[in-house]
Amino acid sequence: MAWVNAIIQGVLVGGLYALFACGLSLMFGVMKVVNLAHGDLAVVAGYVAIGVITVTHVPVLWSFVIVVPLMAVLGYVLQRTILQGALDRSVLATLMVTFGLSVVIENGLLQFFTANSRAIGTGLSLVSGSFSIGSIQIGYLLVTVFAVAVIVLLGLQYFLSASRYGRLIRAVADDKEAAQLAGADYRHVFGIAAAIAFGTVALGGIAYGMYSQLQPTTGTDTILLFAFAAVVIGGLGSLWGTLLGGVVLGVAQQIGAQISISDETLAGFIVFLAVLVLRPQGLISRGAQS
Amino acid sequence: MERRAGGGERPDRGTPLLEVHDLVVHHGQLRALDAISLQVFPGEVYAIIGANGAGKSTLLRTIAGLHSPTTGSVLFDGKDVTRVRPERRATRGIVMVPEGRRLFESLSVEENLKVGATYSRPGPWTIERVYEMFGWMRERRNQPSAQLSGGEQQTVAIGRALVANPRVLLLDELSLGLAPVVVQRIYGMLPQIMATGLTVLLVEQDVSQALRVASRIHCLLEGRTTLVGTPASISADQVEAAYFGLAGATAPGAAPEEGEA
Repeated sequence: MAWVNAIIQGVLVGGLYALFACGLSLMFGVMKVVNLAHGDLAVVAGYVAIGVITVTHVPVLWSFVIVVPLMAVLGYVLQRTILQGALDRSVLATLMVTFGLSVVIENGLLQFFTANSRAIGTGLSLVSGSFSIGSIQIGYLLVTVFAVAVIVLLGLQYFLSASRYGRLIRAVADDKEAAQLAGADYRHVFGIAAAIAFGTVALGGIAYGMYSQLQPTTGTDTILLFAFAAVVIGGLGSLWGTLLGGVVLGVAQQIGAQISISDETLAGFIVFLAVLVLRPQGLISRGAQS
Repeated sequence: MERRAGGGERPDRGTPLLEVHDLVVHHGQLRALDAISLQVFPGEVYAIIGANGAGKSTLLRTIAGLHSPTTGSVLFDGKDVTRVRPERRATRGIVMVPEGRRLFESLSVEENLKVGATYSRPGPWTIERVYEMFGWMRERRNQPSAQLSGGEQQTVAIGRALVANPRVLLLDELSLGLAPVVVQRIYGMLPQIMATGLTVLLVEQDVSQALRVASRIHCLLEGRTTLVGTPASISADQVEAAYFGLAGATAPGAAPEEGEA
């Protein structure tokens, strides 16, 4: 029964990892930017949510409604300024710029919020409550996060396949020069893709603050690494691959933890490595995106 | 070494729609275009011919805004658009069908047309009208564009440009990589397209094809203009001389040039 429990918990936490990963995958797929600050932005969203809750005393869940759009706007602005400036030079420049951004964010957070861990919404029944099926305890939070992840991916898929801007995003990802010849300003389209990526990772960041704890370094040592692993396992450029990758990663971690609590993270990365060696294109290969 | 045949005859149609003045374009150190000037009048088919590397595509891409000239200017409808971004030129009415078709491969046929129509000007062309002209496209509108044959892709690429309702349509090497019979069919549609009030500036390596459809011919050689004239007013010898840069090709007895594959 402990093994079944591990698998169920792993699947559910995979939803959280998918929220980390889908924006990373989208930004790479559309503008070929590997955003090394992706995880830090999730942490920023978490800290901003803590700030909003502390200052305005809004209910915890309201922080999503405020912070996610805020991060989306930040994504658009960062893309149109710093990231586009780097892209105009070279793809390599974007790596350096996002790495720099990551360092700046982490140290900024350390400066303002100290190295103490923070959690969001402790005491909320959604966060601490659970229900049981037989002897298996399932937390409300993880079930909710998993459902949100599925809804986000469904929404993204619908947006990309059926909306005008979704179509433009795919067109620009295919050939941005040809899109320009059709009258589309690819910089604006890039901005929209970045807004979506920042918005989704903000969701993930706040959810992580409820599920676990946030520290200034959580962005790179946990969120970014898990996002990378989920993207690679699932298959680069595949939307649903990020969920599959997240689930595989989550299950591997939970099974690892079942063997020995110190093996949790290691087990996840062993699977990550195995996929890289045996199936480098990921479990869902390219082309399944739209 | 500018050689103009038959004088600077131009169709007497008022002011030019598109003008290029003394355009110089560099690719790094290489001077790809050297002091190119041309005027395209409303309703004409202006063809730029020349061998590989003559600068034809560079000229067209500069007019579309994809290259920045070192010096010189591009005027559209009397206004200077030299510094205008390509997407703004497209919405003003300069729309290019790029070399190699460049369809959005992960999009279906209809989605390609929809992208073309997203920022369209008001005008006669709609996706529906494109379907009326090419019946097969409607039947296969949900197919991924990557599955189409080369000729079909070229037709979709033209359709994608048309639904933007261009005032001047830039066609870059339509015949590239296509069978002659397919090329014939595609150029055969040109009169129908022109009938909606378009102006066409095209680049073509296939000289005989260009001579057949164009109202005026402009030959480039290594980035320079070597010949401008109407197909009727220039001889095969002159075209050959301008195309290959043969100094004595205007001498009597030179073999008529049928065109370059």
